[in-house]
Amino acid sequence: MKNPCYINGIGAVNAQGIWNDDPFAHITEISNPLTMAMQPSYKELIPPAMIRRMSKGIKMGIFASQQALDEAAMDQVDAIITGTGLGCLEDSEKFLKNVLDNDEQFLTPTSFIQSTHNTVGAQIALRLGCKSYNFTYVNGATSFESALLDALMQIESKEANQVLVGGIDEIAGRTFALKQLVHEVKADGAVEKLKDSQSPGVNFGEGGTFFALNTEKRENTYAQILEVSILNKLATEEVVDFVTSFLTRNQLTLADVSAVVIGNNGDLKYDIYYTTFCTLFANQPQIFYKHLVGQSDVASAFGLAAAAFVLKKQIIPKTIQWNAIKLSELKYVLIYNQYLGKDHSLTLLRHVET
Amino acid sequence: MQNGVAITGMGIVSAIGNTVAENLNSLRNAQNGITQVDNFDTSLRDKVLVGEIKLSNDQMIEKLQLPVDNSMTRTGLLGALAAKQAIVSAQIDMVSNNYRTGLVSSTSVGGMDITEKYFYAYENNPELHRYIASHDAGVSSQHIADYIGLKGFVTTISTACSSAANAIMLGAQLIKSGRLDRVIVGGTDALSKFTLNGFNTLMILSDTYCRPFDQNRKGLNLGEAAAYLILESDEIVLKENKKVLAYLSGYGNANDAFHQTASSENGEGAYLAMKKAFNLAGLSPRDIDYVNAHGTATPNNDLSEGHALIRVFGEQVPAFSSTKAYTGHTLAAAAGIEAVYSILALQNDVIFPNLNFETPMGEFQLLPQTRLLHQSVNHVLSNSFGFGGNCSTLIFSKA
Repeated sequence: MKNPCYINGIGAVNAQGIWNDDPFAHITEISNPLTMAMQPSYKELIPPAMIRRMSKGIKMGIFASQQALDEAAMDQVDAIITGTGLGCLEDSEKFLKNVLDNDEQFLTPTSFIQSTHNTVGAQIALRLGCKSYNFTYVNGATSFESALLDALMQIESKEANQVLVGGIDEIAGRTFALKQLVHEVKADGAVEKLKDSQSPGVNFGEGGTFFALNTEKRENTYAQILEVSILNKLATEEVVDFVTSFLTRNQLTLADVSAVVIGNNGDLKYDIYYTTFCTLFANQPQIFYKHLVGQSDVASAFGLAAAAFVLKKQIIPKTIQWNAIKLSELKYVLIYNQYLGKDHSLTLLRHVET
Repeated sequence: MQNGVAITGMGIVSAIGNTVAENLNSLRNAQNGITQVDNFDTSLRDKVLVGEIKLSNDQMIEKLQLPVDNSMTRTGLLGALAAKQAIVSAQIDMVSNNYRTGLVSSTSVGGMDITEKYFYAYENNPELHRYIASHDAGVSSQHIADYIGLKGFVTTISTACSSAANAIMLGAQLIKSGRLDRVIVGGTDALSKFTLNGFNTLMILSDTYCRPFDQNRKGLNLGEAAAYLILESDEIVLKENKKVLAYLSGYGNANDAFHQTASSENGEGAYLAMKKAFNLAGLSPRDIDYVNAHGTATPNNDLSEGHALIRVFGEQVPAFSSTKAYTGHTLAAAAGIEAVYSILALQNDVIFPNLNFETPMGEFQLLPQTRLLHQSVNHVLSNSFGFGGNCSTLIFSKA
């Protein structure tokens, strides 16, 4: 028998602020090409000298992970697993600029030390004194889903009973100027909300989203994670097969899915994947979230948070509903994400009676 | 799966050879691949030695027969060369969809070699724009997957210098959980000015040939490499009558939780990783015939790892060596190439020497193997440790 995997706590820092009891009630839809996260106060969590030295990605990771642990009433874990598409960009750019601008002279190690992709996972382990399994995934838009699948396998195989899993990505200047240059990100000056997107590229965001997973459910458990599936590439005409074969493997039909969470980001070229996906679920409520946090390689972690929230509350806030279908009882929620037609993922959640 | 997960293929490019056979030949003959940096300009050229692969990006592009407008960076190119070899060695037909096949790659620098070259040049050179997206670490894996014709599960791990060990571990778990039938696992990292200068600021680069486990060691030689293994399920091995090169019988990952870059003096993380690997393998320390140590030749690593080895093995530490004096420290790829070397030790009943060793360390009585040793090798333990306290151990067993 496999052990079940429950989401018992969530933490997040992003453009909307931090995770809270009613995270979708008072929202501001983003419309800027680059939308920074609203940084909380870190002084309760991190010593002042370290706050100055740490990049925002590390700080957001520490904050969101602690929030998730607090909500789940967990203080120690058997695994810390993170995902990040671009890693610790601020430090990485800083060190690279120093190397290039000063002709490899007068360099200091701090930004190099903090530039490695596993810095956030390592810093969380350091502050928790956690000597257990510690992995970091860096695979574009499936960075977080890779971490989540690993977490699920750790729990299923009884290697771990309590797991902290999360995604972190930060915006840094030069990298995003280059992304604008190739129209991956909308141009400066564009003011377009997700549903009104007309220019090439997407609105980007940044943030950290963490989950405290446990084999035991509690009164405040959000949902159960059943399965995660990842595929590196897919033609639009293959989406239907990708979804139906995934559901079949999980002994479900399309009709069993109560609602879907989609990763639409306003990309004129690639949102067709989501449109195709949604044709399979025309009679179910469809939920979107990137209008709140922006695109990033780990934005889909916030999609998981949204799915977990609706399963627990059995309501779909108007601010995140894509279509007009009224919900009935929510039992299974399916999350679909891809970016630029690559790195597709499906994540299946089930409602938990507590 | 009582012996562990079957390894049915392997491929490697490193400073001591562009094939498995070339690497074995260099290892046997104590030929290191350590030189000055030739492939790019750096002010550190006269100050450090590296394990560099003497193929330019253009030469690799030609070898791989890539279109001229390809957007692969050095990390991806090295990876494609090694992954292709692994597939050929396992006699896998990538065109047929009979088996659920995946790729778990790993890297620490991703496309840094190109980024640092063109960082300020993109605005005025539209023909370079194709490289902008290649900076991202995961893109190197996408490129490798595309090159070998893989459509399926692809992911990338980045846990600094233990990355490839963790990729191998994840691959094994994917097979054991029944999610994949076959998985290509390993890592790739190219040398770059970025990492060279980074390690230089930490003052852990040696200005001469590195000397693992020597009292007078002065630091590491950086290197570049790529290596991949093919892991296959027992069902495939049975059905296809596959030749098994070795088994991955145990693995463990633990965190030192001591410091972002330094290892704890008693090697707590390393100790825990080895313990976990033994538990999983159902083996005891006395079953190990050879330890392929992490042995970077930094003062800190070798001291910490030495203490951890003594904690695990007691007074009876088996024959051990670090092969980093041959290849340099190849970061995310290190555990991949050392997995290949561990398998070669099993296949050939041979233990490779720890080059450049002269003076035992003062802190303990640990003497690495300094000459090529022919003896029966049934189980090899390989360690890899990285920044962020990341400690990984793999145990390979004879097929």
